[in-house]
Amino acid sequence: MSAPILVCRGLTKRFPGVVALDGVDFCARGGEVHALMGENGAGKSTLIKALTGVHPRDAGQAEVDGRPVHPRSPREAEAAGISTVYQEVNLIPDLSVAENICLGRQRTRLGFIRWGDARTRARAALARLGLELDVERTLSECSIAVQQLVAIARATDIDARVLILDEPTSSLDAGEVAQLFAVVRRLRDQGLAIVFVSHFLDQVYALADRITVLRNGRLVGEFPVAELPRLQLVAHMMGRSVDEVEALRHRERPAAAPGEPLLSTRGLTRRHAVLPLDLELRRGEVLGLGGLLGSGRTEVARLLFGLDRADAGETRLEGRPVSFHSPADAMRAGLALTPEDRKTQAILPNLTVRENLVVALQARRGLWKQIPRAEQDRLVADFTRALGIKTSGPEQLIRNLSGGNQQKVILARWLATEPRLLILDEPTRGIDVGAQADIERLLAKLRDEGLAIVFICADTAELSRNSQRIAVLRDHAKVAELTGSDVNEQAVMRAIARETAA
Amino acid sequence: MNLAKFRPSARLWPVLASLGVLILLYAGGCLLFENFGSLRVLINLFGDNAFLGVAAVGATFVILSGGIDLSVGAVVAFTGVLIASLIGHGQPPLLAIGLALGFGAGFGALMGALIHLYALPPFLVTLGGMFLARGLAFVVHPESLSIDHPFYGEFISQTLSVPVSRRLAIPFTAFALIAVVLAGAALARWSRFGRNVLALGSSESSARLMGVPIGSTKILVYTLGGFLSALGGVVATFYMQSGNPASFVGLELDAIAAAVIGGTLLRGGVGYIPGTLVGVLILGLIQTLVIFQGTLNSWWTRIAVGGLLFVFIVLQQLTARRRVG
Amino acid sequence: MIVDLVLWPTLAALLWVNRRRPLLWPLVALALLLLFNRLFTPGFFALEIRDGRLYGTLVDVLNQGSKVMLLALGMTLVIATGGVDLSVGATMAIAGAVMARLAGVSIPVALGGGLGVALLAGAWNGLLVSAFRIQPIIATLILMVAGRGVAQLVTDGQIINFEQPALVYLGNGSLLGLPFTLALVLGMFALTALLVRRTALGLFIEAIGDNETAARFTGLPARPVKFLVYVFAGLCAGLAGLVAASNIKSADANHIGLYLELDAILAVVVGGTALTGGRFQLAGSLVGALLIQTLGTTLYARNVGADVATVPKAIVILAVCLLQSPVLRAKLASLRRPAPTALRKEGSV
Repeated sequence: MSAPILVCRGLTKRFPGVVALDGVDFCARGGEVHALMGENGAGKSTLIKALTGVHPRDAGQAEVDGRPVHPRSPREAEAAGISTVYQEVNLIPDLSVAENICLGRQRTRLGFIRWGDARTRARAALARLGLELDVERTLSECSIAVQQLVAIARATDIDARVLILDEPTSSLDAGEVAQLFAVVRRLRDQGLAIVFVSHFLDQVYALADRITVLRNGRLVGEFPVAELPRLQLVAHMMGRSVDEVEALRHRERPAAAPGEPLLSTRGLTRRHAVLPLDLELRRGEVLGLGGLLGSGRTEVARLLFGLDRADAGETRLEGRPVSFHSPADAMRAGLALTPEDRKTQAILPNLTVRENLVVALQARRGLWKQIPRAEQDRLVADFTRALGIKTSGPEQLIRNLSGGNQQKVILARWLATEPRLLILDEPTRGIDVGAQADIERLLAKLRDEGLAIVFICADTAELSRNSQRIAVLRDHAKVAELTGSDVNEQAVMRAIARETAA
Repeated sequence: MNLAKFRPSARLWPVLASLGVLILLYAGGCLLFENFGSLRVLINLFGDNAFLGVAAVGATFVILSGGIDLSVGAVVAFTGVLIASLIGHGQPPLLAIGLALGFGAGFGALMGALIHLYALPPFLVTLGGMFLARGLAFVVHPESLSIDHPFYGEFISQTLSVPVSRRLAIPFTAFALIAVVLAGAALARWSRFGRNVLALGSSESSARLMGVPIGSTKILVYTLGGFLSALGGVVATFYMQSGNPASFVGLELDAIAAAVIGGTLLRGGVGYIPGTLVGVLILGLIQTLVIFQGTLNSWWTRIAVGGLLFVFIVLQQLTARRRVG
Repeated sequence: MIVDLVLWPTLAALLWVNRRRPLLWPLVALALLLLFNRLFTPGFFALEIRDGRLYGTLVDVLNQGSKVMLLALGMTLVIATGGVDLSVGATMAIAGAVMARLAGVSIPVALGGGLGVALLAGAWNGLLVSAFRIQPIIATLILMVAGRGVAQLVTDGQIINFEQPALVYLGNGSLLGLPFTLALVLGMFALTALLVRRTALGLFIEAIGDNETAARFTGLPARPVKFLVYVFAGLCAGLAGLVAASNIKSADANHIGLYLELDAILAVVVGGTALTGGRFQLAGSLVGALLIQTLGTTLYARNVGADVATVPKAIVILAVCLLQSPVLRAKLASLRRPAPTALRKEGSV
């Protein structure tokens, strides 16, 4: 085993109301790629932000090469030897490649930047990665993959000891990933400690030497890759607190009695988002969409709802081909979508519960036909009661509600439009157990009333508990469709973990 | 340098386009009007627009950083009145000029500090700055005040101008313009501060993660803007030999227009100081053309400037969109 | 006596409004300003009736303030969508010029022409913002620069005088003893309020300004709504331009509406609508416009020249900016809190 470079003990970070990171130990060794795994909210990004000084830690120690470090800004972290490359390329799009590598560290003569020196250094930094680029090109004219490599070159241009790669591959295609990996292996062999965050299992197993799993801000464990089978890893990541699930477990799934098909897709495709996809949605049925973060679940929802345009393939509604150019089109056809990110995509924070609730129905009725106030109040009263929304009144601002109640208002917003097809993208994320149970109950009720429901959920237990059928996605493609008795956690995990047939 | 290899990057096109417009306008003027091609017209083009050019370089820096400065015209007017008034009260001209420049820089720094420390929109803060400077100008002296001092009369107008023939001299203001453009271009291209300004304007969040000192860069860029506005005011006093608190209304729009026509993106992050000079010269040429034409009225200048602004903004939008696609 | 007529209703309104926070501060400022004038500016509250018509400084405030009030109505909706319209001053000049030019043809043609060209200007801005997706400040800057040139083109560089009684009445006439412009402002206010509160327009505007992404996910017609608010701002600017031209019985392309776009933006912001968009306060914008006009008139009455009067205006802008600054608010809030350790898990309903 090689020498540890970065050693963390008991790292803790609190945000108001949440402990995002709870006494986590972590160790990255020179000449190794160390994968950091966990689902949403596991604490991966908080750990990285604590190490890079974006969110200085509240407690615990960190050392690089035995020297204690306590970065309060990315700059301090870099000075301490910790460099980071983020998922979204954090470089300056309008400057040249050379300048992006040297910005802030340009050498000057009499106060004038020595551009020749900057170009030489940039070429040298790229050469260390085995790359040859035109360093005078504007960064935004380069592909995302090249930008990512430039970011790595910048990160290693200074004396980096630890290189953190935070989901660097999310927007790359297979060839680009291979190129990136070659660079990472080269750096590893040069003795750097590399921390690799990714949600692509295949990539983790291809690249990493060691895996640390986090869940709910706590350390689950550190494992050598060879000793951690995929299924075990998935189970570690998905592990849930037992009593929460016990409370929900008693509800059994009724025998699937799906109605006639409502919507079907054939070969639906969008570059970098969805590989050719065949799906069939039936009335009175919940179709679960499973898969890890970044597997393409949300992209499918966006495509169905007309938020993105498909590059190829067709969608049929009740047998007739349809094509939605906007959410308004999809709404007119009776579709509804509660988006994944409630805060940025769903709520109108400074408007009232009433306004948030009626807005979709109003959009469907059009600008001129205002829903009479009496009808609005009745809608709010009805849905507040039916969904158990806890508010101080219809005129309360939605931003003052808890997450669960906000989500119920968003659900009510869409149910008010009386949809035929309801797409729920992570409807239970970040809400309390009570509200979660309410939403699951509602799901069953709506299904029994004949709605077709697409249920997107990262939690395999919750997914299999509520779905009649499950389509499992991995790397933007459907890899399995589970029906009948196959609709269970183990089957979903197996489908997620199964190695890509090479 | 091998010219065949010279392929301008997509973002250089707007500057080349405005250079083309400039040449076309000049050639058109020469074809249409006798004497348009004379050296006098060319010299006056630089001399008459020097104050605008100097202020526009400052405005360009602010735009490059992703901000906007609406106080330019008011600060130019204030500076002029301040200098005229100080000299009128018997102060030495150099002291008056120094005080005026100091005021401009301090004024800009104050606006920059408000924008940075309290996360206020530059648009509103510099709007407040515009009203403040304009009002202060009237407080200093309520009407036009001519400057009567040998320093202005002889030193600036005669000693410092370079005669090219018996009746024609290159005024000092033209040299001031060239010097400021060169210094500005050097600052933008060869100083860390200049590169930080561009990085800030291109992507503030990335710049922060890359360790660019956001706060000091922001405050400094408004300081520079205020200083160059004041310097524009100084140059204007050389040119007009007076200060007037009611003058230069709307100059900030001309400065912004010059920057945009010169290839600076209004969203920040991309632009060229020499491009701004091209923009200023285009504005000046349009004015000269309208004057030469004689029957056309001066308002055609505004319409032409607005039209050019429209064309260049749409051009920017199209190139920006292609980049995304 | 007159004092009581003005001051007490203002104070009563203040108390009533106390529950509806947004209007509170502009009204407090207005009341303080009026109180100041009551105490220190002799004759400010003097009113007299001549020829069945009310005269006095307060009447002047209403009449002079009508232009900014009209502009502020349109500007409120534009700002609520998260945009801004810098071109309204120039649009005023164009509308005034067209009206003066057509004054000789017939009154309806003159009025219709002025308003029509203003609508066209608004549609141009709306097109640039919604279809070309150009940043509003930049899109409307184009017309701000070129608009006055267009207005001079219309008037051929002359100051065109007109004397048609109907056109003169618009900006100088009186209705029931009060300036006709007041009726015009109230009429437009009622129309705007009807438009935004009796249709879904208000909800759509606030939703788009509050969270455009969420509005798009909800199927709201963001682009048509944006187009519409710029057209409406154009209409308001047109009306203001007609009033401004009528005030001076001529079209002066150089001076009509000069800097009024800034006053209008200021009125909206002072009135409690955030520049970032979302919730808007139509009535607040009117109060804001009145506040600005009262401030100007006060300074004028106290012999502070109109030119110097921009200094207090600047101070008002910066003070309002600071009061709305999230950073300053956070700082004040943390001062009020006992200690940072009070960060507990906060239960919410």
